[in-house]
Amino acid sequence: MAVALCLLGLVSFAAHGELSIQITKGVDNPIPIAIVPFSWEGSGVLSEDVTQIVLNDLEQVGEFRALSRSNMLSMPSEEREVFYRDWRLLAQDYLLVGKISRAAGSQLVRVQYEFFDINRELKLAGEVLTGSVTQLRDIGHAISNVVFGEVTGTRGAFTTQIMYVVADYISPELTNFRLEKADYDGQRAQILLESQEPIMSPSWSPTGLDVAYVSFETSLPRIYIQNIASGQRRQITNYPNINSSPVWSPDGSKLAMVLSKDGSPDVYVQDLTSNQLMRITDHPLIDTEPSWSKDGRSVVFMSDRTGQPQIYQIELGASAFDVERLTYDCFQCMKAAFLPDGVNLVHVRRETRQNPNYQIAVLNIETLRVITLTDTSLDESPSIAPNGSMIMYATKFNGRGVLDAVSIDGRVKFRLPSSQGDVREPSWSPFLN
Amino acid sequence: MGKQSNKFLKVGFIVVSLFAVTACSSTNEPEEDNSGGETASSSNSGTTPATTTAGSDSGRLTQDEIAAQDALRQVVFYFDFDIAEFKSEDRETLTHHARDLAANPGKRIRLEGHADERGTREYNLALGERRANGILNYLIVNGASRSQIEVVSYGEERPDQNGQTERAYSRNRRVEIQ
Repeated sequence: MAVALCLLGLVSFAAHGELSIQITKGVDNPIPIAIVPFSWEGSGVLSEDVTQIVLNDLEQVGEFRALSRSNMLSMPSEEREVFYRDWRLLAQDYLLVGKISRAAGSQLVRVQYEFFDINRELKLAGEVLTGSVTQLRDIGHAISNVVFGEVTGTRGAFTTQIMYVVADYISPELTNFRLEKADYDGQRAQILLESQEPIMSPSWSPTGLDVAYVSFETSLPRIYIQNIASGQRRQITNYPNINSSPVWSPDGSKLAMVLSKDGSPDVYVQDLTSNQLMRITDHPLIDTEPSWSKDGRSVVFMSDRTGQPQIYQIELGASAFDVERLTYDCFQCMKAAFLPDGVNLVHVRRETRQNPNYQIAVLNIETLRVITLTDTSLDESPSIAPNGSMIMYATKFNGRGVLDAVSIDGRVKFRLPSSQGDVREPSWSPFLN
Repeated sequence: MGKQSNKFLKVGFIVVSLFAVTACSSTNEPEEDNSGGETASSSNSGTTPATTTAGSDSGRLTQDEIAAQDALRQVVFYFDFDIAEFKSEDRETLTHHARDLAANPGKRIRLEGHADERGTREYNLALGERRANGILNYLIVNGASRSQIEVVSYGEERPDQNGQTERAYSRNRRVEIQ
């Protein structure tokens, strides 16, 4: 019963091993786009290469292929220098140009960009973004959002962030657990919490300002909420036995969670203002992994009440018997969450008892069509980008935990390798701006 | 109080195992001695005095007491894949643990449940608790008091062995008495 010693390091230490993206699978016919190196009209060298940031963003979601700089016939940096014929000759569909200058009389930089449709000979977007040098990366991601939105019609998620848990095995007796957050591409990682006891189940509030997670720092699993900016945190549960799986309701007023205080794990909802606790499921076998429906009126959850894990849905306030089963055709279906369309259900799937592989799949609950998105064997913890375009999940590569992402049609994959430790439990932020 | 008696017992076990190792290393055939020491320490003259030392206030131990002390030394119990019930061969050992708790009402233990990494983390957290609860209930039925036992599940978060092998998995599906 020794109370474990626990080192708690709070907020904003730069994490040692930054993640960086590798594209593992792209689409067959990516959209050709020319991204001309932005001209720099100041002195010295900028700390960030904005053009490269945009190029990486667009290529790693797999739908675009950027033209090599050496093949460009001209290097325009603004509209009057653009000759559409140059780019049509190179079979490019789109063109991005820009220039960066020092804002007069300040330390700020001014990034002007313009985006063109080559075939229609049309300027689609253009603006001037001003910020500090340290914000160049944010400016690059913001430009990527515009380009992605113009071409695909879907809001870009390049300015979003991810949160994940890293476990570093220092010795057989000592594992260092860290909760980190980073840009969606693994850059600019920061440590939110450090402990020698496990950290689990990170979850963003809908505003992106707070996170909830499970920490074993008292030697028991308890739920905490932490403000990202201030690092202030509070323990919000102290029930006997398991306290796990905190997930914010879409309006941010409640937290769904799993408690086994009454004998077996069941789903509960705690009101964050009144602290009132409402029991949602009631079954002697395991109910866990709650996730909210888009309207916040029901939760999907996993239960092994029929012997193996399957996915169910229940309305808040309904009788515990009034449960709808959503999956039937898998040996185990687990950890479900709806895509923004509210119809497609992302989940972890093991098809048969004989097939030991756990993979990420999507079930359309209206047509019952299932698409399996991954082909590795220990895939878990899927988390959906706020625009619904990609799913990040945890898997194993060369015996280590890594984060992979796959597009919802399964055509595009990328990996965020880590320099050390097991990386797991990705949680994709909501839109942050 | 419970904490201290628990610690004292652990120290006792270390003395025993150190003694056994010393005894082994002094012979020319450590392999043979080793196997003898593991299966039947009651008939092994090397371990008996050390066991007596650990429980020195009780004077000479009966065969039953020796068997009980042996049983209490086993504090990790392994489980089959996807199975929450402990193995039938552990029943007798757990009965000794239950009797020990009944005989020492001040003693406190912690049951830590664990799972292998296959399947989702939250489900494994629940499976680890289910395994620990199986042992908890058995200990209570056999005389331990609920208030003596704390249960915590670590799910797959604290593996005994890393790696994606069947051997590692079988070592990780366990309940530890702390």
